[in-house]
Amino acid sequence: MATDSDVSPEQTAYPPVIRLRDAELRFGQRVLWHDLDLDVSPGEFVAVLGPNGTGKTSLLKVLLGQHSLSTGSAQVGGRSVHAGNSAIGYIPQQRGIDQHTPMRGRDLVRMGIDGHRWGTGRFLKRRRQQVDELLASVGARDYADAPAGTLSGGELQRLRVAQALANDPSVLLCDEPLLSLDIHHQKVVASLLHEQRVERNTAVLFVTHEINPILPYVDRVLYIVGGHFLVGTPAEVMTTESLSRLYGSPVEVVRVAGRLIVVGGEAECFDHHVHEDDMSMDRGAI
Amino acid sequence: MSAEEIFGSLFTFEDYGELVALLSNSLIAAGLLGIVGGLISVFVMARDIPFAVHGVSELSFAGAAFALLVGFDVVGGSIIGSIIAALIIGVGGAKASEKNAIIGVLMPFGLGLAILFLALYDGRAASKFGLLTGQIVAITPGQIMTLVVCSLIVLLVLAVIWRPLMFASLDPEVARAKGVPVSGLTIVFMLVLGLAVALSVQVVGVLLVLALLITPAAAATQLSASPVWVPVLSVIFAVTASVGGILVALGSPVVPISPFVTTISFLIYLVCRLVGQRRMKHLHRRRTARAAGEHEKPVSFPA
Repeated sequence: MATDSDVSPEQTAYPPVIRLRDAELRFGQRVLWHDLDLDVSPGEFVAVLGPNGTGKTSLLKVLLGQHSLSTGSAQVGGRSVHAGNSAIGYIPQQRGIDQHTPMRGRDLVRMGIDGHRWGTGRFLKRRRQQVDELLASVGARDYADAPAGTLSGGELQRLRVAQALANDPSVLLCDEPLLSLDIHHQKVVASLLHEQRVERNTAVLFVTHEINPILPYVDRVLYIVGGHFLVGTPAEVMTTESLSRLYGSPVEVVRVAGRLIVVGGEAECFDHHVHEDDMSMDRGAI
Repeated sequence: MSAEEIFGSLFTFEDYGELVALLSNSLIAAGLLGIVGGLISVFVMARDIPFAVHGVSELSFAGAAFALLVGFDVVGGSIIGSIIAALIIGVGGAKASEKNAIIGVLMPFGLGLAILFLALYDGRAASKFGLLTGQIVAITPGQIMTLVVCSLIVLLVLAVIWRPLMFASLDPEVARAKGVPVSGLTIVFMLVLGLAVALSVQVVGVLLVLALLITPAAAATQLSASPVWVPVLSVIFAVTASVGGILVALGSPVVPISPFVTTISFLIYLVCRLVGQRRMKHLHRRRTARAAGEHEKPVSFPA
């Protein structure tokens, strides 16, 4: 159980939207991370970094109620983690959509509002308005009626942001949402996420292997390597000294043209070959 | 033989009105199957599993052949066969690629069994052939009742699970995050698909099931991506093919129904495809225009 002494003074005014205590996640014999304590405040932008296979995506799945912690506790929005938590908006990795898929841009957003309810659903003026407002807030009105399969990657991820914001969640969980976007669209989507979290005071937990597109917005970094982790501001964590200690081997953080580059990290990490995809139990349809 | 003579030997529209009245039950059943097929095919397209439909239909064939051999009801046999196949495919593999392998393994096994059962069967040859190519005209009133009841079950289940099933089919990761029981819905859908396949087998036969369970939505998605228009168009196309096929076939004493059903279905797809190509070109031009416009705007970063 968490006590008041666990929480820093400035955070007591707002209860954290994510709270992890002594959290440990293991798959069989393999411990992904342990003793993880993390409080994320409303409106905070936290980047989750680390090499492949360190359990970044698994952390999101714990918060989504899809994986269970082996020890410790996890809360989102003041309640223990459970599937279908309405306090969470989720943005998955970019995935190709066939151009004849029977779904328009606005349908993707609408599913975020009531796609989980039973029945066929019927036309409601109020619902359409709600979708239109969400589309407008991410600047996606232009292509709302185009088939989702004919949209560009950047356009799709904007719609994904609108979809995730649909039920006014207190936290957005983002799993590599910038992957396979070009640099221009990485910046566009990152700044859109930032705008929305400021406007709605929604916390953002952003799993990524590339901090640069979101660096201007990140409040804190959770850096996980081989079961160990480090939490702090980018200035504290993204240094040669901190990361060398975390990796347990020499790592260099270089700043080139405003971009942070971590040299030597990936290659040193053990279990590098274990991809999180192999851990996920089931995916896709049939 | 001249073209006119060939046509004359294929079609005689004598006593057409009486025939239609005689077969009104078959026509109602075909219409209902059209509705079922049109709706199911939307999900077959959304989930991208045409191969599974084919796999299920072969096991359905084996079930029907076995029923024929042991003197059990053929419709019942085909339903049992396809439901077993649907369950194996639905539960079987976790990943889409695994499912395709499972289907590929099941298909020849089912077909082999069916050939064995038919070889052992020494009844009328027409009954054997009917399983492959459809036999709705020869169907008994009792079997039509089974078809109607099963169709209504399929429609009812679809009405209840429509939205979450669509969510789980189009966007499984977010659906799961929203608490949609994605795996459970997969199994329910496969059961419903199994029923629909078994029913369609009665109209167009094992070999041509795809004409009712894939083609209608494949044609509809050429014209629209709307969640309302795609099912509506798909149902219209499927009913046109199934009922229209019977109506045309009634004029022909020699040709069975299924070629007409599949030909109408195919022609509808062909027309939609041509229209759809123009539509896609237009949509891609617009995307290019949007991309060109967007890159002119600068992205602002905070100081």
